[in-house]
Amino acid sequence: MTSASKLTPVLSANWDEKDSFTIEGYKRNGGYKAVAKALAMSPDDVIQTIKDSGLRGRGGAGFPTGSKWGFIPQGDNKEHYLVVNADESEPGTCKDMPLLLANPHVLIEGIIIGSYAIRANHAFIYLRGEVVHVFRRVQQAIEDAYKAGLLGKNIGGKGFDLELTLHAGAGAYICGEETALLDSLEGFRGQPRLRPPFPAIAGLYAKPTVVNNVESIASVPAIINNGIEWFQAMGTEKSKGFTLYSLSGHVNNPGQFEAPLGITLRELLELAGGVRTGHKLKFWTPGGSSTPMFTDQHLDIPLDYEGVSAAGSMLGTKALQIFDETTCVVRAALRWTEFYKHESCGKCTPCREGTWWLVQMLHDLEDGKGTEADLTKLLDLCDNIAGRSFCALADGAVAPIMSSLKYFRDEYLEHQRNGGCPFDPVASTIFKTVGA
Amino acid sequence: MEFTTDQLKIMDSIIARYPRSRSAVMPLLHYVQAIDGYITPRGIETIAAKLDIAAAEVTAVSSFYTQYRTEPAGEYHVGVCINTLCAVMGGDAIYDSLEDHLGIKNHETTKDGRVSIERIECNAACDYAPVVMVNWEFYDNQTPQSVKDLVDAARAGNPPAPTRGPNKLRTWKQNSEVLAGLSDGLANEGVSAGGPSLLGLKIARLEKGEK
Amino acid sequence: MVPEQALLETEAPVEMITLVIDGFEVSVPKGTLVIRAAEKLGIQIPRFCDHPLLDPEGACRQCLVDIEINGRAFPKPQASCTIPVENNMIVKTQLTSPVAEKAQAGIMEFLLINHPLDCPVCDKGGECPLQNQAMSNGRPDSRYEGVKRTFEKPVPISSQVLLDRERCVLCARCTRFSEQIAGDPFITLNERGALQQVGIYAEEPFESYYSGNTVQICPVGALTGASYRFRARPFDLVSVDSACEHCSSGCAMRTDIRRGKTLRRLAGDDSSVNEEWNCDKGRWAFKYLTSRERVTSPMIRGADGELHEASWPEAIAFAASGLKGKRAGVLVGGRATVEDAYGYSKFARVALATNDIDFRSRPHSDEETSFLSRVALGLKTTYKDIDKADKVVLLGFEPEEESPIVFLRIFKQVRKRALAVISDAPFASRGSEKLSAELVSDISAISGLTAKSVILVGERLAENVGALSTALALAEKFNAKLAWIPRRAGERGALSAGAISTLLPGGRPVSDASARVDVATAWSVDSLPTNPGRSTSEILLALSVKNLDAVVIGGVDPLDISNEALTQLLNSFVVSLEISHSSVTAIADVVLPVAAVIEKSGSFQDWQGSSRAFDKAIDDSLSRSDVRILSMIADEMGSPINLPTVAATAREIAALGVWDGKVPAFEKAATEKLTGSDGKLNLTSWRLLLDLGTLQDGEANLAGTARKATAHISPARAEKLGVKSGDQISISSDLGSISLPVAISSMSDDSIWVPRNSIGSQVLANLGFIAGPVKVVKA
Repeated sequence: MTSASKLTPVLSANWDEKDSFTIEGYKRNGGYKAVAKALAMSPDDVIQTIKDSGLRGRGGAGFPTGSKWGFIPQGDNKEHYLVVNADESEPGTCKDMPLLLANPHVLIEGIIIGSYAIRANHAFIYLRGEVVHVFRRVQQAIEDAYKAGLLGKNIGGKGFDLELTLHAGAGAYICGEETALLDSLEGFRGQPRLRPPFPAIAGLYAKPTVVNNVESIASVPAIINNGIEWFQAMGTEKSKGFTLYSLSGHVNNPGQFEAPLGITLRELLELAGGVRTGHKLKFWTPGGSSTPMFTDQHLDIPLDYEGVSAAGSMLGTKALQIFDETTCVVRAALRWTEFYKHESCGKCTPCREGTWWLVQMLHDLEDGKGTEADLTKLLDLCDNIAGRSFCALADGAVAPIMSSLKYFRDEYLEHQRNGGCPFDPVASTIFKTVGA
Repeated sequence: MEFTTDQLKIMDSIIARYPRSRSAVMPLLHYVQAIDGYITPRGIETIAAKLDIAAAEVTAVSSFYTQYRTEPAGEYHVGVCINTLCAVMGGDAIYDSLEDHLGIKNHETTKDGRVSIERIECNAACDYAPVVMVNWEFYDNQTPQSVKDLVDAARAGNPPAPTRGPNKLRTWKQNSEVLAGLSDGLANEGVSAGGPSLLGLKIARLEKGEK
Repeated sequence: MVPEQALLETEAPVEMITLVIDGFEVSVPKGTLVIRAAEKLGIQIPRFCDHPLLDPEGACRQCLVDIEINGRAFPKPQASCTIPVENNMIVKTQLTSPVAEKAQAGIMEFLLINHPLDCPVCDKGGECPLQNQAMSNGRPDSRYEGVKRTFEKPVPISSQVLLDRERCVLCARCTRFSEQIAGDPFITLNERGALQQVGIYAEEPFESYYSGNTVQICPVGALTGASYRFRARPFDLVSVDSACEHCSSGCAMRTDIRRGKTLRRLAGDDSSVNEEWNCDKGRWAFKYLTSRERVTSPMIRGADGELHEASWPEAIAFAASGLKGKRAGVLVGGRATVEDAYGYSKFARVALATNDIDFRSRPHSDEETSFLSRVALGLKTTYKDIDKADKVVLLGFEPEEESPIVFLRIFKQVRKRALAVISDAPFASRGSEKLSAELVSDISAISGLTAKSVILVGERLAENVGALSTALALAEKFNAKLAWIPRRAGERGALSAGAISTLLPGGRPVSDASARVDVATAWSVDSLPTNPGRSTSEILLALSVKNLDAVVIGGVDPLDISNEALTQLLNSFVVSLEISHSSVTAIADVVLPVAAVIEKSGSFQDWQGSSRAFDKAIDDSLSRSDVRILSMIADEMGSPINLPTVAATAREIAALGVWDGKVPAFEKAATEKLTGSDGKLNLTSWRLLLDLGTLQDGEANLAGTARKATAHISPARAEKLGVKSGDQISISSDLGSISLPVAISSMSDDSIWVPRNSIGSQVLANLGFIAGPVKVVKA
């Protein structure tokens, strides 16, 4: 390590403790103090604090969390619900699962505070179903929180009641879309709903509902504990605070890095020991596969909501997937497109039929059967899909194709000239010849 | 064959978790898999009767989600991530060698009923790529050989423990029961976090001169 | 004809929104969707999932348009089927926006990549929204070079509906209809992504009484009717507007004819009645026309006791001579058109000089006679009142079985605003369950009604003496709205045409001298009979004891009245006007063939009292409406009724108008309590929509979706009998017995319910009555 890095472990501050996931471990490190502090405030003051902090949604869209809470109509004599979106499924995204594995209580503490703020007496965690051990940890944490009087009736003697239900998904990326998640939670197929009405007006069971990402809610206790100024000291002008950046792929040391918003990939790569030794960066995603890819030209872009957006992509989930020069970008785009085809809910035509078609075209291109004219057609199909679908899934689906064509158009044509993929897939594996 | 009285009582307790009964469809389907290993007609019909909805409405839901199976899963259901990053890092090689090794294809089960395989999409552990899930437990940083060893051990009835999970790998049905919300008491087993999860924290601690 | 009384209502003024579409300004009510505002200008935006009567879905994306509001443009095209209009909105459709045009062409291309090119053999070809809109809004060619998605086909999802999944565009119209309109979510979208498909649960077919509507609204040929599949091309068909003859809901219908043969019937549009729906019976039960042995020629019974074909003049003369100067009664049946019923009414009074006429071919009572002649015609309740009701009370009435469009209307409000429904049914039928109806055993104890409450009384309420009186008292007590909903299509019209002993046409009381003078003047006769007339059962009794000599009988099945009705006819001179050979023609002295609905013009009055006129769809020189034949007989008898044609009859009815004078007071009847005796159970029953009714003859695909006959008993009774659900029980009277599988329902321990006229459960024929004490044992 050369000079001091920008790292700011908050959520991950105690993950290296053996019992970090237990209520004892969490409390030992100051856990559940924010609940007491928040319950002593008025709910509106809690909302105002989160608004003033500038916390924005960490699930991808970056919508201000406090504003979302503020949209819930008050005094409407209806049940309100807080639903945590823990359906982490965006390719490359791997922050919420380790967070919940190592520290589920920080989420529960955030849920208690958030529910109190929006006057919800029932909250739900919609957790992806393909991670059993995370489910165990969260379930145990909920049970222990009930035992400790942090959930249930009259929490902390303040007259606030809160039930918390953990719900396992069952394998559907689309349920990360908040209205699809709500339909799924209601026991229907997880297909997105028409908006309006927005969840804040008619969400779960047609009642006012806030849907927040795990990391957003988990960030709340620290803000309540340490104050707005502490939070705002981190990050950039419009992107305040700390967040989890997840580096994966062709780097020497992949992993989680909690840092202020606005750090650059160059800085993060340095922390991760650089791109795989002997190789160089080819392309990367700033926030999962749905965010248009970047190349080595983009190493110094500040990784905050505005910086990434200005460079033509999105901050997304801050899932930085790094690919070196051994990787075929056509193969990468095809594989992602197959993912979107697999995960398309089927509701709307452009997504359902478009991803089906795109996969076939990309297969042909990968096999060297595509022509320049096919690239034009491919882009036109993307144009007929993007912005025409019911929800944003299809926009994400065309992002890898359009961005890879922007930076690597000739590589697509090289497949035709070569009569097939010019890359050796073995070269891109981490074990190369080991056990192959 | 009907479910036992105890099983039906557990279904009622699952329904009782929710303000509206229909929300219990998904955990009930997980529970049916915990009993039958997959989504059986009796499971569908019992759920429909319990929730007072049409059986067609239950199948509409069960067929939407990939974790619900229409055929029995193996005792150990092996999912190899073949989404872009894992595939590039070695997931494709792992999957291909696994098919060869077991002589079965995607979604099929070995004749002894021990192992079934599936190509799975991103499982939120990309910093541990290539990732393999067995009964939805993490097996991090896999190689073709490690996965062959894994399934051989599983077929011998002695699978290795997950990388980040309980001390002993539980069966497909047992883990389905956990997803239905029925605790197996194993939450405290296993590590808090794997190495990559701790990377940033370790660097920060070094810089501060801690630990 | 009784004109419909338009209700005078004060409604809040509708807020109008003004917007510009393709440069044209248009004002529409607030809440209108852009796609429909465009329709108002005659601008057709292509669409598949959009349907004005279903919740917006926004799934197919075919209707994308460019929209800006207050100068701010949406960044991407919007689905015009999901966006409500706003002031200062500027919409550019495919006609003025290249972006919208390309977006629509792109969507169409996606829809077609997996759609088979089997239009030449597809039922929908020629009337297919996909075909048509692909031509108007699609690209000239497809750029798709891959292999199309295929599925096994066709899959029968019931005995009457077939599914071709590869044709499906996944618009979800059928699944939304089933869930939102019919409350029968037996077809659903299954799987996801490119494999998403419509389907059923294998053990639970799409047995909905309304399933045919999904075939009609399917925008492609994915859902087809088994009876019509591969039978015709749309451009070979001649479509005729018609009315449904199956019940008193009053549906508008369309009948499609090819070369003198009915190929199919479809729901017609009438927003005030059936909206755009009908039931499967109305849609598919039309083969009775050709399935039974039609009477093709007049016939006279000879000295040998056999019927022999005769010429019309011979038969008319024979009938006239048998009736002239005799004491004769008239039994009309419940399926006559208004014009035919009027013919019978006038024939009875003028040619036979009697008030012995009744249209009730079913159990009835004096209390009902009083109710019908003094109350029923004055009721002004309509479908609209159901839309606005705060409560709906169902008395002796199962709407889903007995008037299915009334059911849809109630269900719509139950779904929309949890409209409260109360029913006096002995157990919760599937229809009651869908309406979340609260069941009450004592009608007189119903409380909490208001002037906005609607009480719907079925014809079966007359089967419990005193119940109509109680219902009327209930309506009066709360000033609630009341309606009488008979099961058959012709009863309401027959009542207003005076085909009942107590009334002359237009609701004129026979007992009122000025009413008689009124009618006699119009009919140019000296006087009308004043004797109190007989009811159906009284006419039959009089015939059997020779107090009457002859009877004119049209469209009556004696077994609908009682199991001795046929024998009661045996010793009289019987003039039968019939479509097909029946138990009555078998004993008649003269048989005169009449036209079926499709072959004649006329009108039906629905339960609201609204008339729906229809023209004949098929020309058949043999077919004459009843009224014309009656007129010929009357001429021959020398007492002309001057109704040579249906049109002339309609004119006369209109000219006569309705009675605005005094109506005698309703005569209340005291309630008779039915009690079980000697360990016997009280039998109750009603007819299921799909059963052994003769108008459903010849349509096996339809019959395949009928609800299976089961006997409903209480859990305690089942335990006592030692039976569980599905076990057979035997139900017997002195006359006979039936055996049915048991269904266990929450109901009185002393009651048992069975379907009235289903396979294995024909109550009148088998037990001799429709209600009464029966012995029940495990079979």
